[in-house]
Amino acid sequence: MYAETQIISSSENNPQLKEGQLVINVGPQHPATHGVLHLVITLEGETIVKIEPHLGYIHRSIEKMSESLSYRQFIYVTSRMDYLSAHINNLGCALCVEKGMQIEVPARAQAIRIIMSELTRIASHELWIGAMAMDLGAMTPFFYTFRERETINDIMEQTCGARLTMNYMVPGGVMYDLHPEFVTRVRAFITQFKDKVTELEDLVTNNIIFRNRTEGIGILSKEDAISFGCTGPVARASGVDGDIRKRFPYTGYEQLDFEQCLHQAGDSFARYIVRIREMYQSIRIIEQLIDQIPEGDFQAKTKAVIKLPKGEFYTRVETARGELGVYIISEGGTTPYRIKYRSPGFSNLSALDHMARGSKIGDLMATMGTLDLVIPDIDR
Amino acid sequence: MFSFQQWAAQIHSFLLEKTGTYTLLIECIIIGILAISLFAILGLVLVLMERKVAAHIQIRMGPNRVGPAGMLQTVADTLKLLMKEGLVPRLADKFLFNLAPFLVMMVAMMLLAPIAFARGVQIWDINIGVLYITAVSSVSVIGVMMAGWSSNNKFAMLGAMRSGAQIVSYELSAGFSILCIVVLSGSLQISDIIASQESGWWLFRGHIPVLIAFVIYIIAVTAETNRAPFDLAEAESELTAGFHTEYSGMRFALFFLAEYINIFIVCALGATLFLGGWMPLHIAHWDGFNHLMDWIPSSVWFMGKTFFLIFLIMWFRWTFPRLRVDQLLNLEWKYLLPIGLLNLLLVTWIAIKGWHF
Repeated sequence: MYAETQIISSSENNPQLKEGQLVINVGPQHPATHGVLHLVITLEGETIVKIEPHLGYIHRSIEKMSESLSYRQFIYVTSRMDYLSAHINNLGCALCVEKGMQIEVPARAQAIRIIMSELTRIASHELWIGAMAMDLGAMTPFFYTFRERETINDIMEQTCGARLTMNYMVPGGVMYDLHPEFVTRVRAFITQFKDKVTELEDLVTNNIIFRNRTEGIGILSKEDAISFGCTGPVARASGVDGDIRKRFPYTGYEQLDFEQCLHQAGDSFARYIVRIREMYQSIRIIEQLIDQIPEGDFQAKTKAVIKLPKGEFYTRVETARGELGVYIISEGGTTPYRIKYRSPGFSNLSALDHMARGSKIGDLMATMGTLDLVIPDIDR
Repeated sequence: MFSFQQWAAQIHSFLLEKTGTYTLLIECIIIGILAISLFAILGLVLVLMERKVAAHIQIRMGPNRVGPAGMLQTVADTLKLLMKEGLVPRLADKFLFNLAPFLVMMVAMMLLAPIAFARGVQIWDINIGVLYITAVSSVSVIGVMMAGWSSNNKFAMLGAMRSGAQIVSYELSAGFSILCIVVLSGSLQISDIIASQESGWWLFRGHIPVLIAFVIYIIAVTAETNRAPFDLAEAESELTAGFHTEYSGMRFALFFLAEYINIFIVCALGATLFLGGWMPLHIAHWDGFNHLMDWIPSSVWFMGKTFFLIFLIMWFRWTFPRLRVDQLLNLEWKYLLPIGLLNLLLVTWIAIKGWHF
């Protein structure tokens, strides 16, 4: 049976706490954490003194699992890491294997890969806006963003056969050719997106309560963003120009005309604006490609059993959350000797304590919401 | 024309003839039963309305399976809550924990007394009606604090503390707005206030100051009833469910119902003070139009106005994000309260000079 103790851990029964401090557990089951993240928060009244993230509730040892899977199989597991950018995770792994095998990917496959990646990015950002608005107490934007995300999911389903874990990128190209209706549906989506995104901007961006809740909240300076290893929209909102698509272009991003969205403020609103502008940029990229997808093979000819030469291979891609690094050590066999993923969520989470200290518990939700954490990505 | 007043008179004379001296007792019992059933029906209707309004705003269907167009959904929900086990946390203060939902509900029920539902339909036309409502509604905060404190849960306690700070501060603004109308009509009695609006509702007759008072009143009562964007006491993403985190089953349902009844009461009071209660819309010198308006039953007028205000408050909830706790208090103490005070002075000046229409 339980010991008859006072459950409220306050300064009276916890010698580590100062007078008037109290500890609350946000998570592992809590509506704000969108998953099984566990934050142990020390409060003084409503002011945050310290945040300790506890990880590991959804650790599936994907890296260890991959060591016993072949170079074709291990890619599929990565869809379960950051499930909102499943395509981009798969792409990162496929690129790493291609680097080892020195496969030349056909131009059609490259274009398909970019379109799929950017659609994924839009879908991920759409979901994020809805979820973050819900953290801040506005329920309605969630349904508006899901309407657009649903369209993307339908497009994905038509071509890939799945809506969440697509497993579409394979070493050497993509798994199937595009669905005949793909191009028309993507064009229809672009029209729909441009039409409906203004609704969202009216509802969220220009809302005075939303502005007050996010502007100047959870500030992350450029130096801190670099030293915590933040990447993606979180870093770009602090002025770090680290978009992998620009700095280390892969799979043909260097031929495209798009901007890296930077913001100098580093607060929650900057992170929001960066993501909104990124969606526009993604649309711009898709528009450049959708009318001129090259004809040809969608997959390079590869051997049935892939064997990577002995050595170490590293590639990086820009997922919706930031930089995903894939590091493979090969001993020359059919399975990798060791795989390491550098996931964006983990580094971004590490900055949370620094950003939220001294703010109110309500601000924590604005800060954590704009970090765009996907817990399976942090724990793997 | 259909009128509650005639029915009441008929029932009264019938009872007087049949039972004689016990008439008052029997009438009290009938009123009690009516109040309880009104409480239950209002709860069910408002919950359904909220879900339908939310669904409409959020481009979805809302409940549509149980009963015609989902009308019995709330009944099904209530049945489910009735059958759920009412858990009490092991280290909770059991007496206060059990008392809190009843206190909150009792306050909500007591507030129904001075509300005039139609011409001549009022349970208790007390001569300090408005004061009674403001006074009794403050008691509900004690129930909320009791619930939060006795649950022995940190989220519940934080929620209750927020709720206490919020209700106590926003009551002031609501009070000043109510005072504006009291000054204009010169009475605290609900029936007098309604009678004073026979030639036109105060909202239209009192120039801009009354409009300001109305806006402040709507903001303040949204906060007082713990509704979004002021639902900090039960901020889902921050404090899970706030002060009623530990409540389940029927105890939770009582909190839930009380919240909706409170919304009804503040909107009914708003309709009474600013929109003329059951008084039809009259425009001076438009006799034909006024006759047409008179033909609509007074209960329909009252319910129409009240439900319009309720819709407004629901609309707020499904549009705005939540404020932060310090922003909430800033809004009250730095903006609404000074504006409300100044506004009261202006209204008093208007009332003294007789400048209103």
